[in-house]
Amino acid sequence: MAQGPVIKVRDLVVGFGDERVLDHLCLDVKEGEILGVVGASGAGKSVLLRTIIGLLPRRQGTIEVLGVDLDKANETERRALERRWGVLFQQGALFSSLTVRENVQFPMRENLVLSQRLMDEMALAKLEMVGLTPDDMNKYPAELSGGMTKRVALARALALDPEIVFLDEPTSGLDPISGGDFDELIRTLQQTLGLTVFMVTHDLESLYTACDRVAVLADGKVVVEGPLETMLECKHPWVQTYFKGKRGSLLADRQMSA
Amino acid sequence: MGEVLLTRRLEGERLELAAAGSWTAAHAGELETLVDGAAADASKAKTVSIDMAGVREFDTFGAWLLERLTRAWSSTGADTSIVGLPQHDRNLLDEMHGVNRQPAKAPAQGNRLVSALASIGQAGAGLGRGFMLFADMLGAVGGAAIRVLARPREFRLTSTVNQLDRVVWKAVPIILLITFLIGGIISQQGIFHFRKFGAELYSVDLVGILVLREIGVLIVAIMVAGRSGSSYTAEIGSMKMREEIDALRTMGFDPVEVLILPRILVLIIALPVLTFLGCMAALYGGGLVAWLYGGISPDIYMSRLTEAISLTHFKVGMLKAPFMGLVIGVVACAEGLRVKGSAESLGLQTTASVVESIFLVIVLDGLFAIFFASIGM
Repeated sequence: MAQGPVIKVRDLVVGFGDERVLDHLCLDVKEGEILGVVGASGAGKSVLLRTIIGLLPRRQGTIEVLGVDLDKANETERRALERRWGVLFQQGALFSSLTVRENVQFPMRENLVLSQRLMDEMALAKLEMVGLTPDDMNKYPAELSGGMTKRVALARALALDPEIVFLDEPTSGLDPISGGDFDELIRTLQQTLGLTVFMVTHDLESLYTACDRVAVLADGKVVVEGPLETMLECKHPWVQTYFKGKRGSLLADRQMSA
Repeated sequence: MGEVLLTRRLEGERLELAAAGSWTAAHAGELETLVDGAAADASKAKTVSIDMAGVREFDTFGAWLLERLTRAWSSTGADTSIVGLPQHDRNLLDEMHGVNRQPAKAPAQGNRLVSALASIGQAGAGLGRGFMLFADMLGAVGGAAIRVLARPREFRLTSTVNQLDRVVWKAVPIILLITFLIGGIISQQGIFHFRKFGAELYSVDLVGILVLREIGVLIVAIMVAGRSGSSYTAEIGSMKMREEIDALRTMGFDPVEVLILPRILVLIIALPVLTFLGCMAALYGGGLVAWLYGGISPDIYMSRLTEAISLTHFKVGMLKAPFMGLVIGVVACAEGLRVKGSAESLGLQTTASVVESIFLVIVLDGLFAIFFASIGM
């Protein structure tokens, strides 16, 4: 594989009506890292994610994922590319009329030719990897708790063994303990499967426990990116309040003393 | 492609396998056949070694199939060793080692006959439950109406006006068009068949009585059930799915009072208004066809019509309308509240709402026919 960045965003402009959400934004994601994207509410974190995976139109700029330029790719190339990434949506976005097992099998069934036995085994394997039990297999999404929904959604995102996983606020709506578990889960999965993870988050704790690198979005741009030490040195006011605020410094102290 | 993913060589009691190429999801189907073939050889071998050095790509699909293979061998007691697997891939294999240990329970499948009987029973019980739900909703709406009458300030006027706009005003064009066409068709059929007896003029009686007493109100009720009843069910159902109804309840509002009463009230107003407009359009359409097709001039049509129909016919039609509105509204809202978590159930309940309300409208029409006949109207 090429040594260049896995995701390369250049000069990206995205807006709705008169409003410009992303303003000439540039961002690189390297192979095998977990990048956390943070920013104030409404700073355009989810918009950035949705633009990269092609759900939102952009006004300007180029996006390259796994060496494929999204503008130049034709339908077949795009389909092939979409099989190489998995997405965890904020609300899980599980198909409500399919069971947990069928949800995880859905990408396999549509994209691969596999025997039912292998699909069952793989679905169960993925579900066990994200910490669910065989008893949960035949439940419907409406019967799941918030944390379980996220886990199933992660298992579905991982169904085809993607190279990149996009996570939209994976720990939001979870209690701190399950949130922490989820961070660790992402970390372990990233190491065993060799994933590249693009994670939009609000959760400071996720940044400390899971992320290799952090990018801060403000004013439609990436104001600073790098490992956590860079964040703590940054002079941008929002970054200062975010990382040096009460909760931020508490975590920073704990991190230093650990 | 075309690469051999797994080759095997059996030497006495020693089985040697060499893996190569991509052990990934894309080749999993092909790989599974090879792996199962190799597992079948296990009975002949005492020791098995598998060389993974030639594998270029390895993911969870490959790891699981390898794990499945080693499990098959170890169950027959063969001594298995895996060589040439990079440390990174070995981690993945270790991860797979723990999974699928206890088989998932297949959903219980009982006796066919029993399940057929059970589904009949469930359908019967569902029918009874549906009836109870209808009665329950009717009572709840009645209670809410009494509460609102006692404190008129709590009545949701804005919501009601908004619904009136959607259910009455925006429905007028389609109702006029449909009833106009129906009136024309009845008139044409009447003239065509009565002409054989030279009794074309009686087609005017046919149009007048049929439209005012039965067809006008029925067509309008069926249209409204399809148009507004279904949208009520979908609206309330999706509010139920997203816990909006629960939110209302926790804030101390009664969902029946806030959401359902205005909607049902609007339907009770809408049906007579739309029925009146529909009847007029149908009579107009009937007259137009009588003139153009049957040669009955508008003057003759009007005088014949005034002779044929009386206020009673008009009253019979109009009296039924508000009750049909009530039935449609109650069914639509009750079905909306039955929606569960999934998109599929929303679809099911919306279908059920339309089917049930059309069925009940026709049953109600039959009951009214008996009632009016017995009181001589």
